[in-house]
Amino acid sequence: MSGVKAGPQLFDCRDTFASTMCELAGADERVVVVCSDSVGSSKLVGFKKRFPERLVNVGIAEQGMLGIAAGLANGGKRPVVSGASCFVTARGLEQIKVDLAYTNANVIVCGMSPGVAYGELGPTHHSIEDVAWLRAIDNLVVIVPADPAETEQALRAAFQHEGPVFIRVSRMGVPAVYGPDYRFRIGKAHRLIEGTDATLISNGTMLSRAVEAAGLLAEQEGVTVRVVSMPTVRPLDVEEIVAAAEETGVIVTVEEHSERGGLGGAVAEAVVARRPVPMRIMGFPGFAPTGPAQWLFEHFGLTGPGIAAAVMETLGRKER
Amino acid sequence: MISAAGLGHVGGDFSATDIVAVLLLAVADIDPNDPRRPDRERFVMSKGHSSASLYATLAACGFFDSSLLDRYMAPLSPLNGHPDAKRVPGVEANTGPLGHGLPIAVGTAIAGQMDASDRRTFCLVGDGELQEGSNWEAMMAAGHRGLDRLTVVVDRNGLQQGGTTEETSRLEPLADKARSFGWAVAEVDGHDHAALLDLFEGLPVETGRPSFVIAHTHKGYPVSFMRDRVEWHHRVPTAGEVQTALAELG
Repeated sequence: MSGVKAGPQLFDCRDTFASTMCELAGADERVVVVCSDSVGSSKLVGFKKRFPERLVNVGIAEQGMLGIAAGLANGGKRPVVSGASCFVTARGLEQIKVDLAYTNANVIVCGMSPGVAYGELGPTHHSIEDVAWLRAIDNLVVIVPADPAETEQALRAAFQHEGPVFIRVSRMGVPAVYGPDYRFRIGKAHRLIEGTDATLISNGTMLSRAVEAAGLLAEQEGVTVRVVSMPTVRPLDVEEIVAAAEETGVIVTVEEHSERGGLGGAVAEAVVARRPVPMRIMGFPGFAPTGPAQWLFEHFGLTGPGIAAAVMETLGRKER
Repeated sequence: MISAAGLGHVGGDFSATDIVAVLLLAVADIDPNDPRRPDRERFVMSKGHSSASLYATLAACGFFDSSLLDRYMAPLSPLNGHPDAKRVPGVEANTGPLGHGLPIAVGTAIAGQMDASDRRTFCLVGDGELQEGSNWEAMMAAGHRGLDRLTVVVDRNGLQQGGTTEETSRLEPLADKARSFGWAVAEVDGHDHAALLDLFEGLPVETGRPSFVIAHTHKGYPVSFMRDRVEWHHRVPTAGEVQTALAELG
């Protein structure tokens, strides 16, 4: 069809999760995966074939799964819990708090298909609160990777970390955002695009859209926007946020999450405490309706043009 | 401890103490000089509100000095109202919210099974605690995997915070429930040290199945005025009651 440009190649981060798990398990016999009848949805069929004894499928039982993972860690294993983010985080919240975070257990929890990946299945299956309730828990690292390379690096970094880590693993197709030199570090933001008029802070599936928005603003409005990738929501890279506030004077956050309590809330806490500037938090305003994820993003303005428009509105509140 | 702290769950402590003492002092292969030894046997105290009985027993085992018991629940004390594995040697799991210990014990038992180790895992649960659904998730997983190095002991004192278990949300027929989940069941007088020892030495109850030991106990035992009285779930004894109880205990 003429006039239609082929989009960039899109990746399902669960594929990277699964291949990285096989590599990690091959290198360290303590590595085990614990799941809740989520072998297929976590893309673990290959892992199961290769390491059948090291896949603990507890059935549809998220609380038991997380407690069992804590026990496996106590028994000297390096468990990775994998299940749909909406169920793992909500159903097992007290186990994540007590058995993992308060205990400082070396357990990695992978929340699969977060946000509105299950868009058509409705709000019961949307996971747009997970970052909010997990980042309130002390001693829990919360990571929202944006692309396959970052998913792999986050998983490897989690194994090097002493204590529990939550990683959101996207099933939505995402383009590769980072160049080959990118090195993920827990708690470190990464400046993808330099700019002086405003800062977009994002992670996960929204990061590529933030980059698109910055491009549109440069082309159409002559506005230069800094784009900061903030994959670690806890611990937060506060200095990068303060620098954005001081040097650009406006911050817009965008994430595949509720507007309340996620990345935007975390950034706002830092901004209010350290360097108040006009802010806009983009995400879902409440329970999202049923619909394909892509449709939901467009419906709520979570697209390159929608984010660009939000930046322009917020710029109007900037101190001159 | 509880009198000094002005807080606690003395009734459940008393009903559990004989079981905890027999397991930690005479059965489990644990070493107070090396509390994190990888192949140690595990004791998971799931009824974390009975922390006083656990702490007193751990001190008796030599995991820490018994003078620390005077600081039970004092500000900044490692002896939380509920056990803290990070701060107290010998504590395997942070429990207190109910229904957490049994899944953790199943996890340690699966780890042992993966390592083809003979090490055993013991878990003490309250009977009222079995109303938490997470226990039954873990029971199903343990039965499915035939974890016969795992033993769960139920402190079956029949009482929970607000009344009897049977009038609150009926547990019986408890033995049948456990059997139907693939466990082998034994029943014992939870205050009879010789009977407890005999039973634990003969574990597993049945090869190829996890063991579910229903230990019949009395809340508040052996203090006469506390025995089987629901208010002693978390009533704190007065100074006079402490003296009376100590006199009874000789």
